[in-house]
Amino acid sequence: MDFRYLPMTEDDKQKMLDTIGINTTDELFSDIPSSIRLSEPLNLKKPANEPALKKELTKMAGKNANLIDYTSFLGAGVYDHFIPSVVDHVISRSEFYTAYTPYQPEISQGGLQAIFEFQTMISELTGLPIANSSMYDGGTALAEAVTLSAGQTRKNKVLVSKAVHPESREVIQTYARAQHIEVVEIDIKDGKTDLHHLEELLDDEIAGVVIQYPNFFGIVEPLAKVNELIKQKKKTMFIVSSNPLALGYLTPPGEFGADIVVGDTQVFGIPAQFGGPHCGYFATTKKLMRKVPGRLVGQTVDEDGKRGFVLTLQAREQHIRRDKATSNICSNQALNALASSVAMSSIGKHGLKQMAVLNMQKARYAKQKLDELGLKTIFDEAFFNEFVIELPVSVQKVNEQLFDKGFIGGYDLGFFYPELKNHMLLAITEIRTKEEIDTFVEELGAIIHG
Amino acid sequence: MANKDFPLIFERSQAGRVSFSLPEMDVPEVELTDEFDEEYVRDTPPELPELSELELMRHYTALSTRNFGVDSGFYPLGSCTMKYNPKINEDVARLPGFSHIHPYQDPETVQGALEMMYDMQQELKEITGMHEISLQPAAGAHGEWAGLMMIRAFHEANGDFHRTKVIVPDSAHGTNPASATVAGFEAVTVKSNEKGLVDLEDLKRVVGDDTAALMLTNPNTLGLFETEILEMKQIVHDAGGRLYYDGANLNAIMGYARPGDMGFDVVHLNLHKTFSGPHGGGGPGSGPVGVTKELEPFLPKPVIVKRDNFYDLDYDRPKSIGRVKPYYGNFGIYLRAYTYIRTLGAEGLKKVSEYAVLNANYIMRRLEDAYVLPFNQHCKHEFVLSGKKQKQLGVRTLDIAKRLLDYEYHPPTIYFPLNVEEAMMIEPPETETKETLDDFIETMLQIAEEAENNPELVQDAPHTTIVRRLDETLAARKPVLRFTK
Repeated sequence: MDFRYLPMTEDDKQKMLDTIGINTTDELFSDIPSSIRLSEPLNLKKPANEPALKKELTKMAGKNANLIDYTSFLGAGVYDHFIPSVVDHVISRSEFYTAYTPYQPEISQGGLQAIFEFQTMISELTGLPIANSSMYDGGTALAEAVTLSAGQTRKNKVLVSKAVHPESREVIQTYARAQHIEVVEIDIKDGKTDLHHLEELLDDEIAGVVIQYPNFFGIVEPLAKVNELIKQKKKTMFIVSSNPLALGYLTPPGEFGADIVVGDTQVFGIPAQFGGPHCGYFATTKKLMRKVPGRLVGQTVDEDGKRGFVLTLQAREQHIRRDKATSNICSNQALNALASSVAMSSIGKHGLKQMAVLNMQKARYAKQKLDELGLKTIFDEAFFNEFVIELPVSVQKVNEQLFDKGFIGGYDLGFFYPELKNHMLLAITEIRTKEEIDTFVEELGAIIHG
Repeated sequence: MANKDFPLIFERSQAGRVSFSLPEMDVPEVELTDEFDEEYVRDTPPELPELSELELMRHYTALSTRNFGVDSGFYPLGSCTMKYNPKINEDVARLPGFSHIHPYQDPETVQGALEMMYDMQQELKEITGMHEISLQPAAGAHGEWAGLMMIRAFHEANGDFHRTKVIVPDSAHGTNPASATVAGFEAVTVKSNEKGLVDLEDLKRVVGDDTAALMLTNPNTLGLFETEILEMKQIVHDAGGRLYYDGANLNAIMGYARPGDMGFDVVHLNLHKTFSGPHGGGGPGSGPVGVTKELEPFLPKPVIVKRDNFYDLDYDRPKSIGRVKPYYGNFGIYLRAYTYIRTLGAEGLKKVSEYAVLNANYIMRRLEDAYVLPFNQHCKHEFVLSGKKQKQLGVRTLDIAKRLLDYEYHPPTIYFPLNVEEAMMIEPPETETKETLDDFIETMLQIAEEAENNPELVQDAPHTTIVRRLDETLAARKPVLRFTK
């Protein structure tokens, strides 16, 4: 059988065997001990031709209810935002997506400069001077921030608010366990981090305090007050996980004294794609510049004095420092960082605030409509584009019925918060129209009251 | 723009231009500042660029032309498997039913996605010979860490808390010792012998009852198959340790041998390498891990299960190491890899390895006179040359790499592995034609000749690129990591 990715002809093969001085390619594998050499072909699905495979996989994709055919109010860390057409056109340029890590800067200036621009944009959004080239996602970026804080302060306890995304908290637990870092969770009060509990827990052994802004319930945490408490301790680091779109409206965490700000840029130009790949970001202070995990791109000049970009401060990284590296991360999410850069460039300086405000206004409209319906929205606090409602029946039941009406309902908070059984987290982004919101509220009302 | 620096997007910006078309504000507006304390409302907007859509496209198009990918030309970057990235993969990943689905949708509404994941696990189990697979890790290094965490959990479940060491060969990828540290272990080195393989005597010396695992790439980073793998397995298992397989080099042996049959307990794969990812300029990747039956309970959660033809996510995994990543891994990347595996099947994948190995041996034999070949035996999918002959002429491996840029090739991996002086690690994937290999060989021979007759030409390379050699010392000494007006 011929394969379109394999150009070897019989003639090529013979000539190459002759040059090597062997008769068959099998001789090249004769160093594999015979007891572990496969004698039978692998038992895999048969090779599929291009049209047949496209048909089959299109059909498989069709078994999934997608966010274009269905109107979604689901968020909880992954959001349905508008993606400008330019994004996919840029990242589909194969000079970008078929390249690898820019180890040879002379022929990688395009990718390097794009990352340098990404670092600049993240720095602008977060209010911190240093940003790296990307992390796998917001959750692992947060876990790396936690381990950095422990290494830097030589303390082995961190405090993590229960209003931080539950899956990020689980990732932190996994990373922390290996490094013998104790993770203590800070309680929630009225949907926000309980500052009294934080104050109680803050002793001299705390490496870092982790807060999400806006938090998992959509509420804007009082970072100024948190920082006041943390700064009473000399070394304790202030780590904030932040939805970067919200930072178009909200004061950046860097201005509230955050030492590290991380998050996910999925909101900018990256489709949900069942949870990944998204794109983590990592920003910090000048002081921690040499402790940053992952790649950094820096500006320099070439032999003729022309501006250019290179991977820099590599003495932090695994390929140089091996077991002493600040992290083991190698491949990151470069192409997705590019997608987010294009989306951020497209939205622009003023568009960003407009987009954030659209989210906020539409969410408030939806909340008010649900209030009028008599549905209790809990946690009456300043919020971004998500809020929580209490239902008289199970979230799953409601969502099943909503689905039949063409809606993907909100997130079932009972899954991670048993005390919030029958509570639904709703996300309203800029692409939800008034009509969609009205119909959704109407259907929800019919399900509950009908 | 002659003589001017190529502009940053911020330098193209003009206040008042837009390239975004936002949805309309179709709801009654409320006063937001009533809700927020003033100090929480951003007072200065972030300095994002302002430009028209065409200007934006021109900027990024120009950047793309200042970048080199596999579609641009031959990319024999050792250890990275820079094979062709099939276009059907890209199309499939963009189908709305795959790209626009939310990880928290009811499993009933994403049966196609879960089915693909389940199928992918079956295919990878068969390719690797492992008992079970998790698709969660985001990249190779992440898979290494997850795998070591499982080994740690396994030992601890046996009440074995003193296994603190992970053995890595001196030729290992840098991620191996780094992952060992992040997983809370101490990395210890085992030496290579004069054949470029793990020195069994040294292995016996470093192995002990404090050994948690041995991490191994097979074929190793010299492109050589570790022929004594079964003896190594015996030594490590006898000491109670477990064997870890770094799958960076799986492209050499598909359909010929499987890590599971070699005795490996944990395997990670680099789907962006072996299974045509693509590499994305440095990610996103995907680094699934495979394990034996005894390690299966420790897999990251959730695990995909199939019950009565219904695909579901199983969170009830009491012995799991926990979550290594939010959601279910880099779905969009393993979907591409799945498309690749389905295109080639068993027959195609075996040919992939056959031709990758043939290509590497062919180039190696044609370059062995002009350069020093430190290990003179059949290689697998890649091989390592030493530039020490040229170094004596004052031409370093770095110079050779830079000279290759003038001939429009991406250079090999250089100065790695660390146990070869002036190393050049060359990996010519199976997707390259013999004509391409021949042209590359002629170029390498030409450069060897230049090194002898006109060394300055090589030392001063590159001559034709858009920038010349860049001052890396300056970049590190006075770091400029963002644009400032």
